[in-house]
Amino acid sequence: MAVSELKFVPASEFKQRTGAAVADPHLRRSFRTAMDYLMAKRAAQFPDSAALERQRALAEHIRKYSLSRLPDLLEQLERQLTANGIQVHWAENGEQANAIIVGIAKAHAAKLMVKGKSMVSEETELNAAMEAAGIEALECDMGEYIVQLDGEKPSHIIMPAIHKTKQQIAKLFAEKVPGASYTESVDELIGIGRALLREKFMSAEIGLSGVNFAVAETGTLCLVENEGNGRMCTSVPDVHVAITGIEKVVEKLEHVPPLFGLLTRSATGQAITTYFNMISRRRQPGERDGPKEVHLVLLDNGRTQAYADEQLRTTLQCIRCGACMNHCPVYTRVGGHAYGTTYPGPIGEIFSPHSMGLATTHALPTASTLCGACAEVCPVKIPIPELLIRLRGDATHPASPGHAPLAGQGAAASLLMNVVWGAWATVYSRPALYRAVTWLATRLRALTPPIQSGWTRSRTPLKAARRTLHEELARRRGK
Amino acid sequence: MSARERILRRLRAAPQSLAPLPPDVCGFYAAERKRSAGDDRTQRIARFCGQMAGWHGEVIPVTRGSWAQTLRQLCIAKKVGSLLYGRNTPYAKVLEDAGIGGLTPYDRPVDVWKTDLFRDIDAGFTTTRGAIAETGTLIVWPDANEPRLLSLVPPIHFALLDADQLHGTLIEAMTAQGWGAAATPMPSNALLISGPSKTSDIQVTVAYGAHGPKELIVLLLVGEGEL
Repeated sequence: MAVSELKFVPASEFKQRTGAAVADPHLRRSFRTAMDYLMAKRAAQFPDSAALERQRALAEHIRKYSLSRLPDLLEQLERQLTANGIQVHWAENGEQANAIIVGIAKAHAAKLMVKGKSMVSEETELNAAMEAAGIEALECDMGEYIVQLDGEKPSHIIMPAIHKTKQQIAKLFAEKVPGASYTESVDELIGIGRALLREKFMSAEIGLSGVNFAVAETGTLCLVENEGNGRMCTSVPDVHVAITGIEKVVEKLEHVPPLFGLLTRSATGQAITTYFNMISRRRQPGERDGPKEVHLVLLDNGRTQAYADEQLRTTLQCIRCGACMNHCPVYTRVGGHAYGTTYPGPIGEIFSPHSMGLATTHALPTASTLCGACAEVCPVKIPIPELLIRLRGDATHPASPGHAPLAGQGAAASLLMNVVWGAWATVYSRPALYRAVTWLATRLRALTPPIQSGWTRSRTPLKAARRTLHEELARRRGK
Repeated sequence: MSARERILRRLRAAPQSLAPLPPDVCGFYAAERKRSAGDDRTQRIARFCGQMAGWHGEVIPVTRGSWAQTLRQLCIAKKVGSLLYGRNTPYAKVLEDAGIGGLTPYDRPVDVWKTDLFRDIDAGFTTTRGAIAETGTLIVWPDANEPRLLSLVPPIHFALLDADQLHGTLIEAMTAQGWGAAATPMPSNALLISGPSKTSDIQVTVAYGAHGPKELIVLLLVGEGEL
């Protein structure tokens, strides 16, 4: 398959890219339409707000309980999976995870790996590592296939190619898929992908998947999907490698239905997905198909940093439904690629500082109006706005006493900002000084500059009132 | 020190000021059930059929005496030249005696006929372990007799479902069937299937038959009086 070089961009350039994204009418329309659609679909699934609140409380409880026992549950999961014949690997970062998977592929002399949708493998940049090792890594989720074909990365964690119009995809297929002619029929485009990828499922030596929930008690890996590519990747090749973040484990099978039910309803407004795939063993004696080897790679990559702080730990409650981005006014306007991170939108703003460090991601927690929509729709009640405020502080200040510094702590600290906020605090904490300064500001209002940095790019200049609030109130009382 | 030890050490070093009690999931669903009006068999069947139709799946009520002939007629109508099935199931003998053309047992390891399976099989037939009315979902546990790919690779999936095994919700099915209990450990692969494979990845337009079956047809075994 012909792929162009990655067009992915560094997270540190987030602010520069947002301007271009906001000025792109096609991109704006694609995201606005899709997010409106997804919000309406989700809302239709939750007609009873009281029932939804009960479900969210239970889901939050399950996630908090699971995280409170995380090291024990990971060890239990490992024991049970091993007893079931599944090999467990641990990786502290993306490079280690990729090395483990490349090693498994080389041990089987693999030339082709077919991939089900896995955001964790996007996080580790697995495809690039596989290509460097001379092994083709082919995305098989239709959306992922489309963005890989165009040398891009997903712009949404559930709908990876949501930024593209069908005309753009039709042109892409006609140019890059051998034998494909131009068609704007969605059914025909999917048919082209189906025919090509079925050939690949047959010939691949390895299949890769993510994991939505890992059940410690039974040693079961659960996968949620609609297309069937996840089942293909985990059933047809001789080797199945699953990769997941360490936070995805739950204790019991009965903990899955409440999370699963909220995941699909929150994500795409479906009561359930077409397939829920529960894998507990490799092919057993007498079975005619299924992988002969199953591996699970457990990835840290900054998750233990979030775990170390009880407030930041709530980030790990996430079940990756994407509802926070669907409802985010900033994400809807700038799109997923502007963030330059695997996980865009609100969840990316609170997770990426741990996986990538604040030095490159310090601007992300500022990409929010703190409107609170993300927290309102989060099925596991992650207090996202509180975490954004916390990370804004971590990006600009040293760690508080008793807290270990985060990677890149204080990376956005600025002398100017410290002076300005210091002056503000001084004025606001001294009533006499406050009155003097506000009196002066109202009398010198004619000197207010007409251009005020970024504020006046799209707004009228700020100007002090004719009288201070104290004066105005005194005047009214006098009347 | 290994990556495993370092990760676990970091996790164990983290503060734990509050240890939540284990969630009472079954109690939660029991309370939710009390709030709802409840359902009887007829309502569950109606709900299952409605939900499955919403997923683009077709449900055809049949009886123990008629299902195989209904399947034969469906195969003729849909021009199914080869129907893959599993041997040694409680329904295999009836199927084998139904006179369905192109009936092919899945009795070899996939490794020796993968290409033929992908290119030459028109439809697959599986039994089911039950279903979930709330979401219009089949419960399928592939095994040595009915392998995993039987319900995935052929473009049409025919599934036989006994209405006696229709549960209200997923948690009710899991509890009633004892999933993961000592007597019924989780199989290599357990599946929930709700309709044919689909995708909305191009401009949120739904297209069926993304990678798996393009059609799902459920033969629902009911009593004579329920037809």
